[in-house]
Amino acid sequence: MVQFWRLFRRNRSAVLGLVILGLVILMAATAHLIFPDDPFRLAGRSMSPPGENGFLLGSDSLGRDVAAGIAHGAKTSLLIGLMATLVAVGLGTLMGGLAGYYGGLIDDILMRVTEMFQTIPSFVFAILLVAIMKPSIESIVIAIAVVSWPAVARLVRGEFLSLRGREFVQACHTLGMSDARIILREILPNCLSPIIVIGSLMVATAILIESGLAFLGLGDPNIMSWGFQIGAGRTLLRSAWWVCTFPGIAILITVLAINLVGEGLNDALNPRLRERT
Amino acid sequence: MSRTAKRLRYVLKRLLQAIPIVLMIVVVNFFLLHMAEGDAVDVLAGEAGSATPEYMAELRAKFGLDQPLPVQLFVYLKNVLSFDLGYSFRHEMPVLELVMDRFWPTLLLMVSTILLAVGFGIVLGLLAATGLNTWRDTLISIFALVTYATPLFWVGLMFIVIFALNLGWFPTSGMKNVAAFNDTWSWANIKDVAHHLVLPTITLSLFYLALYTRLMRASMLEQAGMDYVTTARAKGLTENRIMFVHVLRNALLPVVTMAGVQVGALIGGSVIVESVFAWPGLGMLAFEALFARDLNLLLGIFLLSALLVVAVNLVVDIIYSSLDPRIEVS
Repeated sequence: MVQFWRLFRRNRSAVLGLVILGLVILMAATAHLIFPDDPFRLAGRSMSPPGENGFLLGSDSLGRDVAAGIAHGAKTSLLIGLMATLVAVGLGTLMGGLAGYYGGLIDDILMRVTEMFQTIPSFVFAILLVAIMKPSIESIVIAIAVVSWPAVARLVRGEFLSLRGREFVQACHTLGMSDARIILREILPNCLSPIIVIGSLMVATAILIESGLAFLGLGDPNIMSWGFQIGAGRTLLRSAWWVCTFPGIAILITVLAINLVGEGLNDALNPRLRERT
Repeated sequence: MSRTAKRLRYVLKRLLQAIPIVLMIVVVNFFLLHMAEGDAVDVLAGEAGSATPEYMAELRAKFGLDQPLPVQLFVYLKNVLSFDLGYSFRHEMPVLELVMDRFWPTLLLMVSTILLAVGFGIVLGLLAATGLNTWRDTLISIFALVTYATPLFWVGLMFIVIFALNLGWFPTSGMKNVAAFNDTWSWANIKDVAHHLVLPTITLSLFYLALYTRLMRASMLEQAGMDYVTTARAKGLTENRIMFVHVLRNALLPVVTMAGVQVGALIGGSVIVESVFAWPGLGMLAFEALFARDLNLLLGIFLLSALLVVAVNLVVDIIYSSLDPRIEVS
């Protein structure tokens, strides 16, 4: 762990990303303390420019506080990004692990399915899934996970394929270990690094997909999110630029920070790449 | 066997491989759309205000929606094979006609986006790789990082604020000024469409620009370490000649492949960009169809976009194999 931190620290932009991400998490965690009221609530005069009428970042056409929306939206984005990634990584690891370990029919089916997912326009597919299941946190998480897991599955399959013939695995077979134990306790820990890296980058993608869905009106209607704020503010572009601008900057900063952390993880966890740059 | 015959066989093989994928997509979409609560008849009835159950049953029978699911699927598959994509209840038009109508604007947007993104991506990646670890490289890398993290719809809206509303350089939305020019190929009309095309194209290409820039940079750096570069240097070639003739050619390959792989994502991006700029293409049509619960129309759009991706991948594979004979046709 100490050694890992030393490697991670060498990448300055990754540390910067980690600090920014920490601040976003802090904002999400304290949103209900700083802005105790419902972010959908009418908080004062509508269409106030930033800094006026007690609105730090202005208000929208219904008098909702943009800053409060951003703080509460941080919770939504991080939560959905994290949950969707966990589901996708779990499912992808399971499928990829089984396909890579057993090969044969399971492998064939998996490869066909991932090929199909590579062909299908994934964002359009996510839109379709959310619309069918009705927009809610669960359906958004499921939709993002469904379009994201094949990438994980392919990665894990590749790792399992290259590891399953290694001597230490053969030794496990000789010792009479069960397949489940070999998969979970022996092979999986050896391909954890790339899974962590792809997972961290996937959180960023998931947040982008979520904001896109919410922008198109496919967000959970009861929960404030950045994409929803921008979607609601787009008709006000001419008169109130701030409604769209600030939530977008929030998305940009958060996604950028997560990408930086992901790249830092990649540098620290992938010894082969470490010497290259 | 001659080379052309080999090439032909390769193309045929790739075509055959594509068929099950397209079929699978049709079947999956069909079942997904049938999972949705309520069908087109519910929507029509809801809009009419009041509809008797008898009338609704009659409508369902007319559209074939009262048949068991496998029968509906079979009928749909049979129709697709004869290029009949069904009838859009909402637009009161055959789906194929609607989809083809909206296909050209999307194709125009996508082609101009790919050209812009690949072109500039190659140039920027080249600039970054030739000036490794200088301010130029750093600046380009930061640009790529930031655009990679920016939501497309937000960039589009910001462009509208800056370039359309404040500076007034470009129109805010649409594809042409309403009914201004009727003749498609007249010079004035082409200029008008091109003027409307600028902002959507730049918006959609930004994300891919970042992707291609990073890919091109990495690819150049990888190739620069190869043995043939050492050989070229030993022959006494200038660094410029090595970079631009030897390395560049080989570094282009992964970028070309990536351009094909990204077409599916590009269609997803065009839904967002088209809805921001009200660009009258497939993406916008899909979005409209979604909320009208126009199942046949959605199926048609999905099928067409999947076919498009398959076709582009095929073309890219063929280009790729002629660029690099090593990949030829095993």
